[in-house]
Parts: sequence; structure tokens; C-alpha cells
Amino acid sequence: MTLDTVKNAEQTPDTSLPWAELGLKPDEYERITAILGRRPTGAELAMYSVMWSEHCSYKSSKVHLRQFGEKAPESTAMLVGIGENAGVVDVGQGYAVTFKVESHNHPSYIEPYQGAATGVGGIVRDILAMGARPVAVMDPLRFGDPHEADTKRVAHGVVAGIGGYGNCLGLPNIGGEVVFDACYQGNPLVNALCVGVMKHEDIHLAKASGPGNKVILYGARTGGDGIGGVSVLASETFESTGPTKRPAVQVGDPFQEKLLIECTLEIFREKLVVGIQDLGGAGLSCATSELASAGTGGMRIELDTVPLRDATLSPEEILMSESQERMCAVVEPHNVDRFLEICEKWDVIATVIGEVTDGDRLEIYWHGEQIVDVPPRTVAHEGPVYERPYARPEWQDALQGDDAGKLPRPATGAELRDALLRLVGSPNQASKSWITDQYDRYVLGNTVLAQPEDSGMVRIDEETNLGVAVATDGNGRYAKLDPYAGAQLALAEAYRNVAATGARPLAVSDCLNFGSPEDPAVMWQFAEATRGLADACQVLGTPVTGGNVSLYNQTGQTAIHPTPVVAVLGVIDDVTRRTPMAFAEEGQLIYLLGETREEFGGSAWSQVDHGHLGGLPPKVDLEQEKLLAEILISGSRDGMIDAAHDLSDGGLAQALVESCLKGGKGARVVVPEGQDAFVTLFSESAGRAIVSVPRSEELRFTDMCRARGLAATRIGVVDGEVLDVQGQFSVPLAELRQAHEAAIPALLG
Amino acid sequence: MTAHPSPATTLDGGLSGRGNTRIGVVTFPGSLDDQDALRAVKLAGAEPVSLWHRDKDLRQVDAVVLPGGFSYGDYLRCGAIARFSPIMEMIIEGAKQGLPVLGICNGFQILCESHLLPGALTRNDHLHFICRDQKLRIENASTAWTADYQQGQEITVPLKNGEGGYVADERTLDMLEAEGRVVARYLDLNPNGSRRDIAGITNEAGNVVGLMPHPEHAVEPLTGPTTEGLGFFTSILKQLVKA
Repeated sequence: MTLDTVKNAEQTPDTSLPWAELGLKPDEYERITAILGRRPTGAELAMYSVMWSEHCSYKSSKVHLRQFGEKAPESTAMLVGIGENAGVVDVGQGYAVTFKVESHNHPSYIEPYQGAATGVGGIVRDILAMGARPVAVMDPLRFGDPHEADTKRVAHGVVAGIGGYGNCLGLPNIGGEVVFDACYQGNPLVNALCVGVMKHEDIHLAKASGPGNKVILYGARTGGDGIGGVSVLASETFESTGPTKRPAVQVGDPFQEKLLIECTLEIFREKLVVGIQDLGGAGLSCATSELASAGTGGMRIELDTVPLRDATLSPEEILMSESQERMCAVVEPHNVDRFLEICEKWDVIATVIGEVTDGDRLEIYWHGEQIVDVPPRTVAHEGPVYERPYARPEWQDALQGDDAGKLPRPATGAELRDALLRLVGSPNQASKSWITDQYDRYVLGNTVLAQPEDSGMVRIDEETNLGVAVATDGNGRYAKLDPYAGAQLALAEAYRNVAATGARPLAVSDCLNFGSPEDPAVMWQFAEATRGLADACQVLGTPVTGGNVSLYNQTGQTAIHPTPVVAVLGVIDDVTRRTPMAFAEEGQLIYLLGETREEFGGSAWSQVDHGHLGGLPPKVDLEQEKLLAEILISGSRDGMIDAAHDLSDGGLAQALVESCLKGGKGARVVVPEGQDAFVTLFSESAGRAIVSVPRSEELRFTDMCRARGLAATRIGVVDGEVLDVQGQFSVPLAELRQAHEAAIPALLG
Repeated sequence: MTAHPSPATTLDGGLSGRGNTRIGVVTFPGSLDDQDALRAVKLAGAEPVSLWHRDKDLRQVDAVVLPGGFSYGDYLRCGAIARFSPIMEMIIEGAKQGLPVLGICNGFQILCESHLLPGALTRNDHLHFICRDQKLRIENASTAWTADYQQGQEITVPLKNGEGGYVADERTLDMLEAEGRVVARYLDLNPNGSRRDIAGITNEAGNVVGLMPHPEHAVEPLTGPTTEGLGFFTSILKQLVKA
């Protein structure tokens, strides 16, 4: 095979290239030839094809994502916004925190273990590239029907992959979600979040400036794994036929990544880099073009110097490979020796592969012959942008008209009791400890709260007890009924979860999981969800700092439920003040905060007892959410509450059971006067939480709620070993525990 | 409830005042709980000393902790590669002369691979990694690392492993039992299929202890299920000060 050099491309304008096979559309290929003034070389085509893929270029979503910037609330906390590897937030005392949630959905269906493992690896490197030490991970997951055999294959592989990689990296896994729904059968969602901490002055950015500076590739050797992962896998709908896509899934080595982390942190400590970028989707194509594009523009790479696992790889394959555990740094010449020394200390391979030039072209050479000569911005930042058509699907009205309020309800105490046991033992409401016990939550010794708590919390300063809390939430059922409200409810829940532990919500990261953007109905869901999220972030004062879009989550014509997953980061000045969810002390009073309406659309009860999805999701009241959060934070700071738990899917009934089981204490509960027992227990009205209040603090607490105008209803007392709803039913904790904890092992174990 | 002193009382006892009890924690490539072990040493009142796997001297430490993690990625076999690192030569030599060594989780695996302790750690019988708060009974409160506990005391500390099933041939197991060398046993639930519920063992001299659960994660009320793991670190400190 002859090398397709730039010179060759100029001389052979009529050579046909496999642009369609690489996922490019005809007009996109036209544009590349217009930019270059000639046909691209094979290597250039490889770069454009991966960088202009949906996954890397956000070409369908960009026009909607702009709202996150345009509508961003004023926030003094933002240090680095959207567009970098991850956003950075000021949390005080000179500390900055960076966090981001990303998807690794498509690879995790093809090859669950490696797909999920490399999802963790990728997000951890994103955080590392900002200059931060990664301190915790979380995983929001969606699987298909738990009774289907294939769900077991996917869930086992994904959970083992997350554990196998994350545990071996030494990062505590502190939370996330696990949801089962038939709509995810062929399209499981594997989202991964990482949080990192640094001092303000340690923030690093992905840019290559300073002509003469060296470009160093370090970490694993480049292999043939993951070639075209972003274009072939993540940017296309799955079809049942066609060649196997497994070679497009990367293979991870967590040990290499652990070395890469420690090595990189030591390099940061000695201030040896000008710019840094991790190699993730689109590999070297992405790292070189993004670094050059964000810097002064010029860069020259000698591609044949890249260390390889497989000497037969072609230059195109090297540029597209998504081999894991690699980073690319720009280093001033006088620091190169020290940089290489530190890599040697950690047994990390490091190679100078090129340098920053004073031109404005990214030039790549292969044994002295030029194979790429492009303006880097056209590859990295000026890809195609689509205004995809969108339209509210015609079935939306019928779906919303199918009111869950009409479903038959349990009426007697005995029926309510049965409904409760079915609820807490259903796959989505059951304990997920079978899964989360496969993750290390203790490593690093700073985990203050971990799953199943409302949010994960880690201490970031051992002297001052400063800490951060993170929660991730998303409810695809709500979003299917109303994508605008559904996205807002996801944000509201994560925001509430952070406040419930006593932390003040500061910023948002999101992972937007949707079907094919080529379907106007899906595009409408996407447009509505982004608009809803941007509007709600504005009201709550929590800007979006970054995130990820995953489209084409559909099999044939069937898309997943629109599933915006929202992560909220909060700060807590003193982690010893955190509020756990467990009822721990007998005699404490249980208060229900917020107002309960009759809201069953998309509810867990309607799913568990009727397999129903219809009507409208719970009403969103963001002012109410803010007020509730203020009360929860004040109550925690001033020692007025000992436990708090947010109400979401499964309503009050689910929350009571979880707080009782966690603390090993029962509760005696009264349905408030004039209220319906079923609605009180199972409605999913937003903006609510339960708290347990020591008797000595009751007056102070209720005065505070009254003064600020938040409904606080005393509904019971922590007591005994039974959950007793007076006049209705009682269930021993042992029976609840059996129902709650046996379900997932029975399905997956 | 717990028999061992809290960090505050240890400090009151004046132990940290001497400032010369140095406990080393080895970092291998892939060690994960090294920072936690250093923190536990400090909370116990001793001086924590970081040791690097390529070091060729032990920097005058009085005792060594081999922390948890996945040294060398656990490739080949857990602990099998770490056992050949330069620092292990000195630790093996030192242990034979009476240097107190505590191996936690991966450290336990390294001690078995080094033949400082008999037996081996194998894949959990249920084949999954498991992280849980584990109840243990201290079966031997006279080793260098357990003297602050009562014989038979029950403690709860985190356990997290993928290959924590302790195995040895019947004769070795009988010998360990007969000589009182089982240091800790799992209670309520055997989390990994260990023979005879063994969670930790010691060598004949009692200076080398291997433990699968993680006492270094149970040293602060804020982050641990209990503070009942601290006793391992206060035990060694007392031992060394006495000596």
C-alpha cells in the first residue's frame, strides 16, 4: 500500500475515498475538499471523520446547547466554563472542584465490561487533564427489563467493569443510580461521573502555545483498539444485522491509568506543562487538533515516533485509535528532561512526538513525508452544525391524556400494605446494594456519605473539614411524558438531594441521553429538555459547567425514553455537620416538608402495579425547591435535624422505608387530617423531603419553617421495629428488609 | 464499648511526644490505601513515613505496613510481582529478625507470596468484588499488632476485596489453629469463602500479621463505620515504645 501524502492528494484529485464508510455525509465531504482546496489525504479524512462525528462535534445538539451559556445565571463560583475538558467551580478556601458526567452507552452494550470500564477511565482522565486530583466517581446506569436474560449479561458486565476499573484506580464510588426499563433493552445507558479537586492556581487548560515547545505523548502504547469508536459506534443507530462492532470498543488497563494519574499529578506539582489534553474519543486526532486549535494554531507531529503495540498499524489507524490511558502534554524545551524523568519514575512511556510551530497549520509527517496539512480549527472547533427539524410527536397528546389518576387504587389498609411491599421490592425501588457493594466506597479515606444516601459526600480538607456533595438524577418516564418538565424534575431532584445532606448546590453537569436526532420527534424531546434544563438552572442559580450528549440511543425505529441525567455539585463548609438519611434515634419527630398533591403520572406506583405510563409528571415549582433547600441547609448547619431524605419516585412510602431500614429503626406515622392515605403515601409531588427532628429542636425548627413559609407537617415519630401507619397497616422492618433487599439478587444474582 | 484507646487518650499518654516511633507505609505502583494507612499511623500517634517500592533502605522505620490496593495491577497473581520489588528484600530480611510488619489486603497477599505467612488468597467464592462493613472477632490479642484488643473482642471494619478467600492445606490450617496464629475471624457472614472463616493470621513470632479487612478505614467516626480499626495501629505503637 502506498502512502497517501499531501503531495499525492494534490496529484491524484480523482482518487475515491471511503468517506461514506467513515460516517461522513456527502455535503460534509464537499466541505472538507473546499477547506483544503483539494481532496483530503487518507489521514486527513480519518481525522475529519472522527472529529466531525456526532459524538465529538455535537453537530445536532450545538444549537440547543448554546442556551446553557446564554441563560446561565450569574455565578461567582464559575472558574472555567463549558468547552474545556470539564468545568471548574470555586468552593472556597482556595480550592476548586471540577466534575463532569459522560456517557459510554454504545460500547457498553456491545462489550459491557470494557465499555463500562473505559467509560470510567475516560471521565477520570478528563478531570485529571484540568489539573485536578480525581477524588470520587459515580455511575448513573439504565438497563433493560430485569426479567430479560440479556439484561443480566449487560448488567453483570457493566457492574464488573465499573468495579474492576474504578476499584483498581483507587477512587471511591459514592453514588449514582440504577434504573430498569424495557425501553433500554437494546440501548443500556452507562453514564460515568468523576469529581476532582485542586487549588485555584493549579487549573490547567488544553492548549498548545509557544512555538518551539514540545508535544509529548505519554501513557500506554497505541494499539488497534477502539478505531472509529466515536464515529462508527456512538454516532449511529444499532441495526440487528451488519458486521460485529466489537473491534470499535476500547480495552482498558486500570493499572496503567493509576500510574498515569500519579505521574501526571507529580508533573503538575512541578509545573512542567503549558497545556495538556487527555486522549479519549478520536484519540490523537482529537488531542492534536484541539491543542493546536486552542493555542496559536501551528503544530508539527512526527507520527512515526508514536510508540505502538502493533507495528503494522497504518498512519490513519494511529490517528483514529482510541487506545486508553494516554495523555498529550505541551512542555517547554527546558522542562522536557524533568518531565521524562518523572514518567520514568512511574514506569510510564513518554515520547516527544512533535512541537508547536509559529504557523497556523497542523502538519503531520510519516517518516519524513507530509500526510496532514490542515487548519486545526476546521477539524476541532468548526465542524458542521445542523438545525435538525423537530416536531412534537402526534402521540404526545394521547400519552398525556392517559391520566394515571384513573387507575384503580388500593383502598383498604391491607391493600395499601401490599402495595407498599410490591413497591419497595420492585426492581427500581429495591435496594441496589448487590450492585454498589461491588464498588469500593472507602478508599482515600475521605468518604463521608455514599450510596444509598441522597448524595455522595467527600471531605476535601482534613484540617478545615471542607467538603463537596454530588447527586445525579434522571427520570426517563417523567421526561417521556413531558421532556421540558422531565429535565427540570431531574435537576430539581439532584438539587434537593444535595441540599438534603446539608450542602449548598453550586453547579450542574449533564448527560443528555436521547434517540436519533434524525427523528423529528426525538429532536423535539431534545430541544424541550435542553430548554427546560437551561430555564431551571437560571432560576436555581446553578450554571451548567459542562457535560455530554449521547444521541442515537435507539434500536431500529424505537428510541429510549428521553433521559437527561443531571448531576448537581454542592459545597459544605463542615462535613461533620452533614445530614444522613437514616432514622437513628428513637423518639425523634418526623416532619414532612412541602406540599403533597395528587400526582401519579409517571409514578413508580403506576409502573409497579399497572405497568402504566401516561398523564403528566409532577408539577415543577422551582421557587419551592429553593425554599426547601434553604431549610434543609439551615437545619443541618444549626443542628436542628438529624436525618433528611428527599421524596421522589415512590413518594413518602418509599422514603420512610429507606430511612427506617438504613437506621434499623421503625416509625409510627399518621396520615394528616383530611388527607387520603393512598395519596399521602404514594404521590410523587416534587419539592418535598422528610426530616427527623430531636424534640429539643422542634420549636426552633417549626418556627423557622413558618417564618420562611414552608409547609412542615408533623407526621410521626421514630419508634420501635415496625413501620406503622396508624389506622391503616403496620409492617415489621424485617419484612420490609426482606422485600427491599432480596429483589435485585433474585433478578441478577 | 471498644477496649483500645481513642487517639486523644493516646496523645495524653505522651506517646507522640517522643516523636521517634516511625512507621513506614510502602507505596508500590498500584497501591491504593497507602494514604489511608499513613493517616491511621498518624492518628495513632506515630510518625508516618512513606516508603517507595524502589527504595533500598527502610529509612530507620520501627515497623512497616504493606497497604491495600492492586500492586502491579495484580497481574500474574495478586502480590506476586510486588514480592520481588527492591524494598521487599529488606522487609523480608527485617521480618525474619523481628521487624513488625502488617499486610492489609493486597499487603496480606504480598506476605503470603513472600512466604512470610503460610497459605494463599484466592478469588472470592461468589466471584464478585465485595465491599461491606464486616464484623470480626479478634482471636489472638497478643501479636505486635493486636495487643490493644481484648481476646475475643468483636469489631466492625470495612472489608473490600476480589481475591480474599484464605486457603491452606488442612495440616497448615490445623497448625495455625493449634498455635493460636489465627488473628481474626469473620463473624455473621464469611464474605469470600475463606477456610475456617479466617480473616487474618500471624507468623510464629507474632511480629508479622496479614489481614484481609481494612482497619485503616475504621479510624475516624466521620469516614468509617466505627473507629475500631485504630487498635492495630495503637497496638504497635505501644509495643515499640515499651521495647
